[in-house]
Amino acid sequence: MASDPVTRNLSMSRAIAEATVQAMEDDPTIFVMGVGVDDANGIFGTTKSAHDMFGDARVFDTPLSEPSLTGMGVGAAFMGMRPIMVHARTDFLLITMDQIVNHAAKWSYMSGGALRVPFVIRSIVGRGWGQAAQHSQSFQSLFAHIPGLQVVMPATAGDAKGLLISSLRGDMPVIFIEHRWLHGIEGPVPEARYAIPIGSARVERSGSDVTIVAISHMVVEARKAAELLATQGISAEVIDLRSIRPWDRDLVLSSVAKTGRLLVADTSWISFGVSAEIVASVVEEVFGKLKTSPRRIGLPPSPTPCAPELERAFYPDAQSIVASVLSMFAAKADLAADAPDGGEKPFAGHF
Amino acid sequence: MDTSVLVRMYAQMQLVRRAEERVIEQYHWQNREFAEKRNPPHTIKCPTHLSIGQEASAVGLCSALDVQDVLVSSHRCHAHYIAKGGSLNAMMAELFGRTTGCAHGKGGSMHLVDTSVGMMGSSAIVGGAIPLALGMALPFKMRGEAHVSVACFGDAAVEQGVFHESMHYAALRKLPVIFFCENNGYATLSPFAARQHVPIYARAASYGMAGIRVDGNNVVEVCEVVREAASTARAGDGPTLIECETYRWIGHVGPDRDAGTGPRTKEELESWIERCPITRLRKQLELRVSKEVLVQADADVERKLDDAVAFAKASPSPTAEDLFHGV
Repeated sequence: MASDPVTRNLSMSRAIAEATVQAMEDDPTIFVMGVGVDDANGIFGTTKSAHDMFGDARVFDTPLSEPSLTGMGVGAAFMGMRPIMVHARTDFLLITMDQIVNHAAKWSYMSGGALRVPFVIRSIVGRGWGQAAQHSQSFQSLFAHIPGLQVVMPATAGDAKGLLISSLRGDMPVIFIEHRWLHGIEGPVPEARYAIPIGSARVERSGSDVTIVAISHMVVEARKAAELLATQGISAEVIDLRSIRPWDRDLVLSSVAKTGRLLVADTSWISFGVSAEIVASVVEEVFGKLKTSPRRIGLPPSPTPCAPELERAFYPDAQSIVASVLSMFAAKADLAADAPDGGEKPFAGHF
Repeated sequence: MDTSVLVRMYAQMQLVRRAEERVIEQYHWQNREFAEKRNPPHTIKCPTHLSIGQEASAVGLCSALDVQDVLVSSHRCHAHYIAKGGSLNAMMAELFGRTTGCAHGKGGSMHLVDTSVGMMGSSAIVGGAIPLALGMALPFKMRGEAHVSVACFGDAAVEQGVFHESMHYAALRKLPVIFFCENNGYATLSPFAARQHVPIYARAASYGMAGIRVDGNNVVEVCEVVREAASTARAGDGPTLIECETYRWIGHVGPDRDAGTGPRTKEELESWIERCPITRLRKQLELRVSKEVLVQADADVERKLDDAVAFAKASPSPTAEDLFHGV
């Protein structure tokens, strides 16, 4: 990426839009469907340029019949198409679970590999401004449980582009989960087409004392936490997992083998979540290298609340990560209190 | 209808019927073997949902389709697979769980697939395959190809949300889809009247598409209705819902009859056996062709099935190494 001659700073939503357009230019079998993909906002700007360029034939609005339209994506994939279905919220995927789990994920296996299902399902995790329990859920662990699916969660604009292109070149259903708070964050994005392999994690920051495995928006928090920890002489290695299924076991295990300490920061509930899978694997594989018990940061066991005070109590942040890491070192610094607050923006419509 | 076409339809219906009777024979044989505490070497170990009594619907449907037309089906998919031209050897081998099966032993009876003839697979989730037919139709429309995509399903699928969503969207986009419902009157043992109070074909009106009810035990009528629906779809004029009234003679799953054990009475079964679609066509054909023609057709069916069963039994079983292939 760094060697690319033309690299601009783009927001994640612009990076996704660019990846979509470039992939559609390269491959006429790709089309985009979903509620509102062709409207003036174009799913937070991610589908607008594709609609402008390719029109209604390849970027089309749909009725709110998500289960059937998910099945339509599966059937189209049988015939050599590569559909992209977009949901403005990950919560809406729940009504399509039968088509995703029983059909998209199974058809290849049930047909003995005769039919593959290249199908990208994009969805966005909402957060803040009182969106409450049904517009904020982060369901990576539900989908990562299912053989036959791939699950990716980019944390940077550059990764979002490379992972989307990779998803569109593969031959499996991909659950592509974005975080709404990442859409506006800019990062370097090469202008050329490039694919980041699904299943590869990225070392966001090298370190030697503790491994922080972070997912999606928690990478932003982990980055801040690592800076604060550095001021206390703690060298944190931050790994941006970016693929949930398959996940980069080798990178995580070798990092923990080096540091001897592990913290996993997820955007979803702790219980039965991705963090449980990673901690379990680390304990199974490199138990002897651990200097202390692994820690997990994620959501507490309640639905997402609405009131600002409750949202603050609900979401972990850099302070939570710092406090948890410090507990591994038996140091009682008051560092956690110094961390900057979350990242909520003022209301501007279209969360 | 041309006599040679009728003879072909007869042979196809016989093939479906006899293939399933072979499955019944196999089940009864292996049940006796297990009862005797022997470990039979060749067994079918998967749930089989038989279409005996319903053959005219599948054969009438597929007689009106081309090989480029595609079809998805339900758990009760043997008839559609055979009528669409799926490999008999690969079907039998799949039921026996062999590597030479149409899904290499990964699918079984409920997931028959043969993409070379447009049989794109089957879902064991009631109604689950219906939206897949929309997806197969969409590229036909996008590329301007005059092919048809068919969703085969039973009466209970009409109770699922995806049926209605799919009807709605296919009509909205004028997708070249045929919604092909075989109404055999029961969901397992639950009768139609306990589950629905609107005739199935009449549902089409609220989605702005044609809905037609046909005698599902009359292969010629089914074929003619499908031809018309297919020509509408090929012309870009959108989908049709076809309801075939029919009856399955065997229980919902497994090799045995269930009439007399619940709401399905023996009298009801007998009345439908009177309307056997194969006997009906055979009687017509006996007036039009020599007896030898039909004897020969029957003999060809038995030979094909002998070959298929022998092929399945001689085929190797998969090994643990095959577990992850196709995930």
